[in-house]
Amino acid sequence: MKLTVASSPHIRGDFRTSRLMLDVVLSLMPALFVGIFVLGPQAALVTVVSVVTAVAAEWLYEIVMKKRVTLKDCSALVTGLLLALTLPATTPLWMVALGSAFAIVVAKLMWGGLGQNVFNPALAARAFLMVLFPAALTRYAGVDAATGATPLHHLVMLTPPDQSILDMFLGNCPGSIGELSALALLLGGAYLVFRKVISIRIPAAYIGTVAVLTLVFSKGDNALEWMLYQLFSGGIMLGAIFMATDYATSPVTSLGQILFGIGCGILTVIFRYYGLFPEGVTYAILLMNLLTWAIDRYTPPRRFGTKKGGKA
Amino acid sequence: MKHLFFGGIHPSYRKELSAKEAPAPAVIPEQVVIPMLQHIGAPCQPLVQVGDYVQLGQKIGDGQGLCVPVHASVSGTVIAIEPRPHVSGRMIESVVIQNDFQDTTVEFVKNDLPLDQLDSDQVLHTIREAGIVGMGGAAFPGNVKAVSAMGHVDTLIANACECEPYITADDTLLRHDAEHVLQGMQILKQVLQPERVVLAVEDNKAEAIAKVRSILSQYSGIELAVLPTRYPQGAEKQLIQALTKREVAPGKLPVSVGCAVFNVSTFAAIYRAVRLGTPLTQRIVTISGEAIAEPQNFLVRIGTSFHDLIKMAGGLHDRTERVISGGPMMGFAQSDLAVPVVKATNSILCLLKDQNGAAENPVCLRCGKCVGVCPMRLQPLYMYRYEMAGNLKELERLHLMDCIECGSCAFTCPGKLPLVEHFRLGKKKLREASAK
Repeated sequence: MKLTVASSPHIRGDFRTSRLMLDVVLSLMPALFVGIFVLGPQAALVTVVSVVTAVAAEWLYEIVMKKRVTLKDCSALVTGLLLALTLPATTPLWMVALGSAFAIVVAKLMWGGLGQNVFNPALAARAFLMVLFPAALTRYAGVDAATGATPLHHLVMLTPPDQSILDMFLGNCPGSIGELSALALLLGGAYLVFRKVISIRIPAAYIGTVAVLTLVFSKGDNALEWMLYQLFSGGIMLGAIFMATDYATSPVTSLGQILFGIGCGILTVIFRYYGLFPEGVTYAILLMNLLTWAIDRYTPPRRFGTKKGGKA
Repeated sequence: MKHLFFGGIHPSYRKELSAKEAPAPAVIPEQVVIPMLQHIGAPCQPLVQVGDYVQLGQKIGDGQGLCVPVHASVSGTVIAIEPRPHVSGRMIESVVIQNDFQDTTVEFVKNDLPLDQLDSDQVLHTIREAGIVGMGGAAFPGNVKAVSAMGHVDTLIANACECEPYITADDTLLRHDAEHVLQGMQILKQVLQPERVVLAVEDNKAEAIAKVRSILSQYSGIELAVLPTRYPQGAEKQLIQALTKREVAPGKLPVSVGCAVFNVSTFAAIYRAVRLGTPLTQRIVTISGEAIAEPQNFLVRIGTSFHDLIKMAGGLHDRTERVISGGPMMGFAQSDLAVPVVKATNSILCLLKDQNGAAENPVCLRCGKCVGVCPMRLQPLYMYRYEMAGNLKELERLHLMDCIECGSCAFTCPGKLPLVEHFRLGKKKLREASAK
């Protein structure tokens, strides 16, 4: 009998990359359903195009470049889905496909594939589309299919949105496909934390920072109302729970994750208050992505058996 | 009481496979192979020659320095003294004894003196002469550890965590011979005079815990600590942290935080050496895993080959992939089943093909789960990356040498990176670099 001699450990847990990715897909379903329910079948079409393009682009790139096909890890599926959720349902489908292919090929595979990229692929693609087609990406079909300003536009104009806070929390408002309902996104986030796919540190630090800053530097008559409108509008929930927690592009240390979340929160508020566009989440997270490795490096866990600072 | 030490994992324990009745005395083999190195330290020199007749319990090897003697585990004739395969993977000089099945023994001197009349030096000498080493796997000479602990420890710990999956040797010992363990603890308590004496067990050993509880009142000053099961609780530094909240500093020994930890099997061996006068010539060995026909615990003479024990347990499955000395998390895979059971062999684990779940194309997702489970608070993903890049400076900055190779990171990694393998390589490179 030929016995294998290999390093310990000789057993492994049954965690798989694909399991983690499918959990993320599952956790995004409530937000997607709200999007389709509120915005109509066009939202579903955008999502399908984005996902199919992402998967096809990964397959094609790997075939052409003679690399191992990595579709089984399901990460292309997640990227395609996430990109779609950041887009308005009215985005032209060819534009969706272009963005999705950009996310997979330019923002992920050209960096070396899963785990190697510096920028969140879905957000990099959204930023790419924003630069090329700003008009298409900021035109939102409303609940009654009329082209309307989103609550966030109103906030920039310092006029109260048309919707109540409860409507925004539930998703009964215009916006990108996956950004409508804070409730649906929070449910998905709770599932991911429960399944230990993500830690609560980044989303909590991110959302908490935005909450504190908008409360303290309120621009509305009612600071609390202003804060809640800020939190439930735009991409903060989707960004904090699903984008800022992207494994490849966020820190792994506990302290690093908290700092990363705080950084995202500060930048988001700055961009919203002073930026060119009403939304700041995309650029806030992309900028923090740049700092991920440095944050990890300077926030090592306290070494076992030593006091803070590594002294024995 | 939840996380009593940092990190850790919950593997599938599979203890039910082997945790059955009392340990069956293994069939005594026709030949035993007694390696001259069964401890951490300098090897013994043989005290016998080919052709000599030896008795059970006779000292057949001893040496100077960090060294404890080895003894004949059967009576019979020495037929060879030569290098033989050893569980470490190396060839180690060994004395081979042809068993005459008489079990004629040397004289074992009993000692019934009350505890307070035991002479410390005498006890320590007996521990050495009985060849006692740490029987949980590390095989550090028992007397050396005890001597270094004298006057420096306030806490004496008996380790029965047995946190590795499959293994039930300590569990079996407690269920059937808890008295020996507790009496061994009393003896070292007398020698070391600690303030606190703790027997630490994980809560997945209900029967062993019940047994200890039922007799504990007869042993004053010994405390039973039932800990929530979590791997690697039985690792020395983690157990000390769980019991005392103290952390052993990098590169330091438990005595630096006032603790001495011995495995429960070691305590039982100390009891037998001091009270019954018998040297360490047998131990309980778990043989388990999906690839063995009849998983169970054996009372085994040191020097019995893995092959003999596997045969006694009904043989290996056709699809066996690995035979491991020790547990699935930290044990050593064997290539040659002629290797003998040594003092620190607590388990022979037989696993099927595909049980190790390795991937052909490991990929790091940067998910950071390895950071969360590391009991030493290291960053395995970066250690792996810099080992692959051959960057020793970064490996030092990341404190690679602190790694206890428990395998929690590799077990947890969804990308199935061969983390521990690369940490061993990296440590070797660091050691070579610092030797230059």
